[in-house]
Amino acid sequence: MALDALANVFVRLGTASRKGITRLGFAMRFLTAVVSHSGTALTRPRLVVREVYFGGVLSLVIVGISGLFIGMVLALQGYETLVRFGASESMGVLVALSLVRELGPVVTGLLFASRAGSAVTAEIGLMKTTEQLAAMEVMAVDPIARVVAPRFWAGVISMPLLAAIFSMLGIYGGFVVGVPLLGIDAGAFWGQMQAAVDWRHDVLNGVIKSVVFAVAVSLIAVFEGYDCTPTAEGVSAATTRTVVTSAIAILALDFVLTVFMFRGGV
Amino acid sequence: MTQRAIDLWVGIFVAIGLAALLFLALKVGNLLKFNEDAHGYVIEARFDNIGNLKPRAPVRSAGVVVGRVESIALDGKTFEAVARLRIDNRFQFTRDTIAAIYTSGLLGEQFVGLEAGGDTVMLKDGDTLRKTQSAMQLEKLVSQFLFSRAADGPSGPAGATPAPTPPSSSSSGVKP
Repeated sequence: MALDALANVFVRLGTASRKGITRLGFAMRFLTAVVSHSGTALTRPRLVVREVYFGGVLSLVIVGISGLFIGMVLALQGYETLVRFGASESMGVLVALSLVRELGPVVTGLLFASRAGSAVTAEIGLMKTTEQLAAMEVMAVDPIARVVAPRFWAGVISMPLLAAIFSMLGIYGGFVVGVPLLGIDAGAFWGQMQAAVDWRHDVLNGVIKSVVFAVAVSLIAVFEGYDCTPTAEGVSAATTRTVVTSAIAILALDFVLTVFMFRGGV
Repeated sequence: MTQRAIDLWVGIFVAIGLAALLFLALKVGNLLKFNEDAHGYVIEARFDNIGNLKPRAPVRSAGVVVGRVESIALDGKTFEAVARLRIDNRFQFTRDTIAAIYTSGLLGEQFVGLEAGGDTVMLKDGDTLRKTQSAMQLEKLVSQFLFSRAADGPSGPAGATPAPTPPSSSSSGVKP
């Protein structure tokens, strides 16, 4: 009987794995469906622009303020360490590299997933629950082309821009703390930063990261909404899953991308 | 909210985003000022010891950045470190240029310093610098100093303790 219990554990593990893989496969097929149905969204850009407004423009405040504060905290904490080695002039390098390479894309991705991704999931999930998606199909309107694709592309467009704004404001926040408050020379702050930050190796890789996160977060958001159980609880669970899965996906993808982009060398 | 207002806000958002990208590329990444990857020629310099020199470290001449260290490898036959230096096309150096590894500050990053000689022939792409000066190693310097102090023995200015074993090989270093 103990053997049966043990077998049950493995059966459950196997079932969970199979379901997870099946879901991943569904998500990938959904991605191809969204991309292949994007024609309507791209020939009617108003649909996308509307979603860029709700996802991107309305996230501007939270992203901007977060960037500013993270830059200022980075500068304060970095100063503590750097001043011991007499290298407080390199604070520009520290702030710029951490923001452009890591914090900009990652934190923006997390904020975007919780601010805009969850909203998209809830919206699409509620449309499914109230049978608006089914009604569209009855009217021969493709819900993937009309509802899903614009939201997906809006996320893919907005998030890299938000990440760039985040990094810029963070660097400005570091400048505000470093130069007037801690007394670092402004020339050294910018000069060392410009000497150390390579536009292709650092800036472009940061942008690539933010695009990858944008695709991941947008796909997770629309998929969870489209796939949710059409009940009030189902929508609530799908919204939670969007935030959790997005966060894990961003952090895991960040590790993988960092290994490939910044492995070895400086 | 009318479509026009939405378009306006989205336009502003996209403009700010693109401006931020431009800021990162130009002001932070310094795209325009020194784009050494696009043009430049490569010369090789062989060092006995490169210390802590890293790829992408600056190459300076008279303090001005003229290029970057592209890669560092070990020559398996001569056991020398081969540093490939990419120099901006605007700068030409004579064939008897001396390459040396210096440290900015006491513990700062290391860079390659080029000192041009008097030759009339200029370096071309793929040339090798013969005259090099290795990185200063703090450990060697300290041990040299200690050995020379020990060799001085009681006749030194401090004249305190005689050294246990003054090694014979302390030919260089501080002389009394």
